[in-house]
Amino acid sequence: MNFAARASTFAEADRVGIADERAVCDPRGVLYFPELRLLAVSDLHLEKGSSLARRGALIPPYDTGATLLRLQAVIADYQPAIVISLGDSFHDGGGAERMHSSFRERLEGLIAGRDWFWVAGNHDPDAPADLPGETVRELAVGSLVFRHEPSAVRVEGEVAGHLHPCARIVQRGRSVRRRCFAGDGGRMIMPAFGAYTGSLNVLDRAYAGLFRRETLMAYMLGTERIFAISHAMLRPG
Amino acid sequence: MTEQPRLAEQNAAVHLPEPFLKWFAEKGWSPRAHQVELLATVQAGQSVLLIAPTGAGKTLAGFLPSLTELAGRPRRKPGQARRGIHTLYISPLKALAVDIERNLGKPVEEIGLPVTIETRTGDTPAHKRQRQKLVPPDILLTTPEQLALLIAASDARRFFEDLRYVVLDELHSLVTSKRGHLLALGLARLRSFVPGLQTIGLSATVAEPDELRRWLVGQNPPEISTKPAMASLITVAGGAKPDISILDSEQHVPWSGHLARYAIPEIYEAIKRHRTTLLFVNTRSQAELLFQELWRANEDSLPIALHHGSLDVGQRRRVEKAMGENALRAIVATSTLDLGIDWGDVDLVVHVGAPKGASRLAQRIGRANHRMDEPSKAILIPANRFEVLECRAALDANYLGAQDTPPLIDGALDVLSQHVLGSACAAPFDADLLFQEVRSAAPYARLERSTFDRVVDFVATGGYALKSYERYARIRKTNDGMWRVSHPRIAQQYRLNVGTIVEMPELNVRYVRQGRGLAGRGGPVLGKIEEYFAETLRIGDSFLFAGKVLRFEGIRENECVVSNGAGANIIVPSYAGGKFPLSTYLADQVRGMLADSNRWRALPEQVADWLRLQKEKSVLPKRGDLLVETFPRGNRHYMVAYPFEGRLAHQTLGMLLTRRLERAGARPLGFVATDYSLAVWALDDMASLFKAGKPSLAALFDEDMLGDDLEAWLNDSWMLKRTFRTCAVIAGLIEKRFPGQEKSGRQVTVSADLIYDVLRSHEPDHILLQATRTDAAAGLLDVSRLAEMLSRVRGRIVHKHLEQISPLAVPIMLEIGKESVNGGANETLLMEAADLVEEAMGPGMSLV
Repeated sequence: MNFAARASTFAEADRVGIADERAVCDPRGVLYFPELRLLAVSDLHLEKGSSLARRGALIPPYDTGATLLRLQAVIADYQPAIVISLGDSFHDGGGAERMHSSFRERLEGLIAGRDWFWVAGNHDPDAPADLPGETVRELAVGSLVFRHEPSAVRVEGEVAGHLHPCARIVQRGRSVRRRCFAGDGGRMIMPAFGAYTGSLNVLDRAYAGLFRRETLMAYMLGTERIFAISHAMLRPG
Repeated sequence: MTEQPRLAEQNAAVHLPEPFLKWFAEKGWSPRAHQVELLATVQAGQSVLLIAPTGAGKTLAGFLPSLTELAGRPRRKPGQARRGIHTLYISPLKALAVDIERNLGKPVEEIGLPVTIETRTGDTPAHKRQRQKLVPPDILLTTPEQLALLIAASDARRFFEDLRYVVLDELHSLVTSKRGHLLALGLARLRSFVPGLQTIGLSATVAEPDELRRWLVGQNPPEISTKPAMASLITVAGGAKPDISILDSEQHVPWSGHLARYAIPEIYEAIKRHRTTLLFVNTRSQAELLFQELWRANEDSLPIALHHGSLDVGQRRRVEKAMGENALRAIVATSTLDLGIDWGDVDLVVHVGAPKGASRLAQRIGRANHRMDEPSKAILIPANRFEVLECRAALDANYLGAQDTPPLIDGALDVLSQHVLGSACAAPFDADLLFQEVRSAAPYARLERSTFDRVVDFVATGGYALKSYERYARIRKTNDGMWRVSHPRIAQQYRLNVGTIVEMPELNVRYVRQGRGLAGRGGPVLGKIEEYFAETLRIGDSFLFAGKVLRFEGIRENECVVSNGAGANIIVPSYAGGKFPLSTYLADQVRGMLADSNRWRALPEQVADWLRLQKEKSVLPKRGDLLVETFPRGNRHYMVAYPFEGRLAHQTLGMLLTRRLERAGARPLGFVATDYSLAVWALDDMASLFKAGKPSLAALFDEDMLGDDLEAWLNDSWMLKRTFRTCAVIAGLIEKRFPGQEKSGRQVTVSADLIYDVLRSHEPDHILLQATRTDAAAGLLDVSRLAEMLSRVRGRIVHKHLEQISPLAVPIMLEIGKESVNGGANETLLMEAADLVEEAMGPGMSLV
């Protein structure tokens, strides 16, 4: 699907409001603000494979490549002027250093020509070694504020990551669990984008107090589209 | 092969030491011919396989060589080095090892032998294990997993240096699984420690005894000899012919279903007429339901108990104990009671549902009346009409002594990976020597060197084409050419992950007082339930478990909290395991019976009528033919095929046929499969497509569907993901548990799925994916069986177009709608849920 077709599809179907801004929830797990030409992606967890391999779990070393390929595809579609990587971009502080040179080059190619912000996360509190882009604690754009961990108090217009939300429904006796965006119109928590990232149900107590229950929606990721599911239909676990 | 009794007595005098003869005489027994023959064979230096029915004194036979040798051994002088293990006994069940300790201890004590016997299982406390290392018993009773741990210890060679014999019990059930592969590798290691080691295999009747005979001894490399080495064989003919009947019910035998509710009053009457009845069913859900129905009919309050693998261990032990004391009148059980443990005085076996295999039936019936000279008594209760045919076929087979145990498969590569790491944990290894050793194990006799090297590479660095993990290698080849563990932590992790049994994620079922909801605490654990079933429950749902109706209160951490439940709409949990497909042998028998109307006389009248009606309205296929019927119904078009190849093969076939019909433009909507047949329904008229040759039926059922179509479908199949998870855990890619903490099933599932996706797209030929596909093809998909069927029916497909449904098609048509939606339909479910939201809130409202 080319960019024009995609943009028009999403313009109709998958726009959600966060404070005063409107954004496209892309089923690939990124958030795009057309008016701002801003793309947000969260919890890339690059080099998670090699991080685990250091401790003896030799899982396939292809996660960084896989994650970057998918990121490359969404960037090619939206051509954003600004990209915000919303924290935990690398699985650990040494990740950027360990990264294979071919991946590093691919990542540098994505950064070139845009404003690129690395929001500090709990896994990667410091700037990634030798990579372009600006490292920030948090970032305010328009009526929005982007930070890795959602604040304990309610903040209108906050876009955060960290929790790796997923949602579960049961329909006709079958259970379906998917990663999701979780939002109540005021705050949005983004799904984790990385190839090896697990997920946590939005009904888990870790989310307690973050959302207004009445307006909480889970935007579950389908293969071609987003499925907006209201709070009442969600199941724990 | 079996000698005359007089000859046996003379031989006994030659081979048995005096105290043994005296003991037999005191008991008023004489040694059985096969016991003496086995002893003589082993004393002549050979390994041996003993095939005998239950109750033939197999266990004593297996231990006679050890006991007689130990009896004649001079006492250890003070200051002499301690002697190591003399005999290793390996059984598939912990309970069996415990049982043997008790049964063997008796003669040892009565004869007054200076022999120590101990068990070592997962339940053995650490201090006892440690003592066993310092002061080994003469006879150690253990399981395949414990053997793997023992040979991975650094003192393994010394620990086993005095070993003379390995006794392998219930060998027929050990060899068919990955546990058998692990055990075969362990045996190969023991043989390299002790070149003269002899093995004694004890087995029930199997179709191919030579496979087990090879399994018991070291194989030569094909370069040296193409003739496989084999253990000697001693066969004891079956005991008295069992007295088996099929229930000829007064009631109407249902078209479909698995519950046999119609027969409950007749089953209950049979229980009343006997001392102890053992009721076998094929699945745990059936066990729960039958138990419930029997209690409903139980006006006399007879003690009837329930026994299956998901129940709490404590409860199972109580039932077993009560059984041993003959305190029960009936026990409803699944395969947990299949293996040769001796329980009480069963005088009737009732098999509810079809037995699915003739060998399985023979073994289950063997449970009744453990004295081989008396006939066992059994009643088969078919749950539906096809099962009547199947029961009849199984019954004929049992009388004819036909056997249909599955053929053995090549050793799995994930198990080999585990063994290679274990080898490095024990001592540095030389790859050439290890390869030789591995190939001496029968399941790995055909292993190629290149595959072995890939396995070693996998163990070292993950075996990826992208070589980025060299510095994290788990084992490394050092300058002397030996492979060593790179860090002591690796050996520690290995020990925690040993074994080939990977459970599906399960939750404890915790019983609390009613009305407390999730806040209720402290009640007993009733057993375990599969997580995916618990996930489909809503709070307040009632379901059947452990013989009780329970109310679902919610999930708290790793527990499914329940209270007393009641009411209608009770759900029965389904379990992933335990459903056996119809055996190839029985399938052939059933086809034969359909084709031969002379054999219908042996069937209940209502079933014979059903077949006559089929002959009149449609056709009954010849034994080698495949009947395919097409007919319209409602606004849909149906195709029903009758391959009789078992549910797994039919499911695979159904998936592949639907793909092809989709491509042909028939717009298929779904399919359903049973053990006997499969039905596909579509919007378009498939019969006219076949007539026009777009495609012809022959082309639709062409074997080439097992090429690209299978590959394409497989890659997205959840079955492959599930299989991958198992392989990844066994191969040591994903940890089963961490030191000190059990990793929850969910975490493993998530990461295994993600790893699968990434690996599949980046390195589809990785050795672990190769192992996964092999497993899935043999197991869940039954591809080989499907392939055989497709090639068998080539040119023999009989198409019958009908105006309406045929009598033979009724059972499967009744299954439609019972099955939930299939694999790729998750998106549809999401769409429905999203639409519900839109419906309730108005269009556009979902966009906050």
